[in-house]
Amino acid sequence: MSIHRDISALLNNPALCSALLRRLEASLKREFSATNPFRFMEVCGTHTVSLFRSGLASLLPPNIMHLSGPGCPVCVTHDREIACAIELALRPDTLIATFGDLMRVPGPDGRSLKWAKAQGARIEIVYSPQDALALARAASDRTVVFLGVGFETTAPTVAATILAAQKANLSNFTVLCLHKRVPPALEVLCSSENRIHGFLLPGHVCAVTGTAPYRFLPEKYRMPSAVAGFEPADILEGLVSLASQHADKAPDVYNQYSRVVSTAGNPRAMDVLYTVFEETDAVWRGLETIPSSGFAIRPEFAEFDSIKRLDIRLPEVKKNVQCRCGEVLKGRMKPTECPLFGKRCTPSNPVGPCMVSTEGSCAAYHAYKL
Amino acid sequence: MSDISKYCTGETLLLDCGSGGRAAQRLIQDLFISRLGNPTLNRLDDAAYLELKGPIAMSTDGYTVDPLIFPGGDIGSLAVHGTVNDVSMLGARPRYISAAFILEEGLDLGLLAHIVESMGNALKTAGVLMATGDTKVVPRGVVDKMFITTTGVGEILVPNPPSGSRAAEGDVILISGHLGNHGLAIMSSRAGLPLPSDVRSDSACLNHAAQALVLNLPDVHVLRDPTRGGLATTLNEIAQQSGVVFHIEEAAIPVLDSVSQGCSILGLDPLYLANEGKIICILPAHDAEKALEIMRSFPEGQNAARIGRVKAATGHEKTGQVILDTRLGGKRLLPMLEGEQLPRIC
Repeated sequence: MSIHRDISALLNNPALCSALLRRLEASLKREFSATNPFRFMEVCGTHTVSLFRSGLASLLPPNIMHLSGPGCPVCVTHDREIACAIELALRPDTLIATFGDLMRVPGPDGRSLKWAKAQGARIEIVYSPQDALALARAASDRTVVFLGVGFETTAPTVAATILAAQKANLSNFTVLCLHKRVPPALEVLCSSENRIHGFLLPGHVCAVTGTAPYRFLPEKYRMPSAVAGFEPADILEGLVSLASQHADKAPDVYNQYSRVVSTAGNPRAMDVLYTVFEETDAVWRGLETIPSSGFAIRPEFAEFDSIKRLDIRLPEVKKNVQCRCGEVLKGRMKPTECPLFGKRCTPSNPVGPCMVSTEGSCAAYHAYKL
Repeated sequence: MSDISKYCTGETLLLDCGSGGRAAQRLIQDLFISRLGNPTLNRLDDAAYLELKGPIAMSTDGYTVDPLIFPGGDIGSLAVHGTVNDVSMLGARPRYISAAFILEEGLDLGLLAHIVESMGNALKTAGVLMATGDTKVVPRGVVDKMFITTTGVGEILVPNPPSGSRAAEGDVILISGHLGNHGLAIMSSRAGLPLPSDVRSDSACLNHAAQALVLNLPDVHVLRDPTRGGLATTLNEIAQQSGVVFHIEEAAIPVLDSVSQGCSILGLDPLYLANEGKIICILPAHDAEKALEIMRSFPEGQNAARIGRVKAATGHEKTGQVILDTRLGGKRLLPMLEGEQLPRIC
C-alpha cells in the first residue's frame, strides 16, 4: 500500500508536473499556437476525469488541445443496446445485474434502466460480475442477465465468470455481451477527417492486451501514440512523448506505463477472453457499426448468452438527431460546442450518454470546467 | 449480517403490536419507555407538554439505512444525531425530539431493543429528551425492517443566528474533521467489503460544539452539517444561497488515507460522501483561529481545518460556484452531486 501511495504522491508532485508542462510547451512552441493547437485525443474515460479532477486541464498550455475519444464504455453503448437491456429488464422472469453507471443512460425514447426499475423491474447494481453469480444462486426463479459492458479491461473477468458459471452448473446466469475492442475504433478515427496529432492510449486496456495491437497506429497511419498511466505526471510524460514523436516525424507506441503494461499484456487474461468470446461486428454510439470491434459469446457457451437464451435481438431504434455525442466521441466537436450542452442536456437531464457517465467527456466538462 | 444477528433474540414483532391494544401497550412500556423514558415522555398523554423559551428552531428528518447497524453506529443513533445536529446548526440548543417508528412485521425484538437503546444513549450524550413518539407495525415487505422519523426542537441562543445565506466576502471556511467516513462505512458494509480499522461512521451529536461556537463567537455566519451529498454539495448550496464564490484548497481538506484509498477502489469521491458528525463553519477571517481552537476542544473536532475562503465572483467565475484549487496548482469547479454516486465501470 505505502509504495503505491509514494508513487502516487510523486506523480502528483506540482514541481515535477510544472517541469513537464514547460518541456511540453517548449517542444510545441515552433509549430503550434492557440489558434492552431496540437490536438491529442485520450481514449480512456479515466484519463478524461484525471485531466479535469487534478486541475491539469486548466494548466495545459494554450497551444495544446485535448479531445476526449470513445473511451468511456458507457458512452459508446449504443441506443439499440440500451433499448435491448430495458426490454429484458421489463420481462417478468429476469433479474438484471449491472454496473451502476449504466442505470441513468437514456435509451432512444428517454427511458433508462432507472425508469425500468421504478416500473417494478428487478435490477441490482453489482461491483463485479461475480456478484451477479451470487444473485443467480439466490434467485433461482429468475434468469439473471448481467450487462456485459466495457472494453478489453472488463471483458476477461466477465469471461472468467461465464467459465465459473459453467463449472458450477448455474443454469440461470446469462450475459448480455456488449463488450467492445478499442483498436478498431481508433482505426476508424485515423481514417476519418479529424486532424488528431496523437493518441493517449488507455493504460488499463493495454495492461490486458499489451501494446502490440496498437502498432498499426505508427505503421499504417504514421500516428504518434503513447500508453500512459493516470496520474498527472503520467499523462504529461505521455504528452511529451507524443509531441516529440510528432516533431521528430518518428511515430511510435511509447509505453510510459511500463510499471503496469508490457508489450505482450496479460496472456492469461487474453486466453480466458478468447476461450469464451470471439470477435464480432459491433455498434458504437456515434461510430455505428465497426467490423470486428466487439466480442460475442462463442457458440459453445450459448447457454450463457442472454441473446440466445432469452431470444432477443437488438431492436432497431429511431436516431436521436439532436444528440451530438457521436461528433464529440470522434473528436470533431468539443462538448461545449454542442448546441444542447448545459441547456437541454445536463447531468440531471442527460440527452446523450456522454453527459451520463461520470467518465463521459460532456459530464466532465460540465462538472469541472470553469 | 452478522452484526445484526448478534442482537437478535428470535422473538419477533407481530402485527398485533401496532393495533393500539394491549400488545401495543406492552411493546411501548417494555421496549420504548424503559430505554427512552423521562418525566416528559412518561406522562403518555396525546401530546407532550414542553417548556421552551424564546425563538424556536425545529427540524424533521426520516431515516432509512441499509444495513441497520454499521461500523460506528446504527439507525437509532443516526436518527438522534441527524436531527439534533440540524437543530444545532441554527445556533439553537436542542431540547426535545419526537420519534415515529414504522416497523416491519416479523422484526426481531432484540434488534429493535438494541436500536432503541442506542437512541437512548445518543440522547443522553446530547442532553436532549424524547418528548413523544409513535409506533406503527406494517405487513412484511411494506418497509425494509424499520424507518424512523424524528423531529427536534430547540431554543435559539443568539440574536442573529447562523444561516446558509450569510456567507460573506472575506469569510473563511472551516471544517471540523475528516470527510467521507460515514458514507464509505455504509457503502462498504452494503457491498460486503472489508473496511480498514480506522474507517467508521463519524455519526455523533454536534450540539455541544455548535453551541460553544455561537456563544463564544457572535459573528459565526454559517453552520451546516455536510450530510447527504457530502462537503461538495453542501458548499454549493451555501454558495448559491449566499450569492458568493467559494475557493477551496484541495490540499487542506482533511480526508483519511484509508478513506481515499477505499474510495478509489469503489470509484467514489470522499467529498460527495455523507458525513454525520461534521460541521462546516463560515465566519470572518479574524475569528478563524479561535473557532478552530473551539472545534478542536471537542473529540469530534480534533482534526478541524481551514479549507477555503469566500469571495465575490470575478472574471469567468459565476456567483454560486465552488472552485477547487487543486494540489497540482490548477483550478476546477467542485460541482454539486448529481443523483446518487454510482460505482463506475473500470
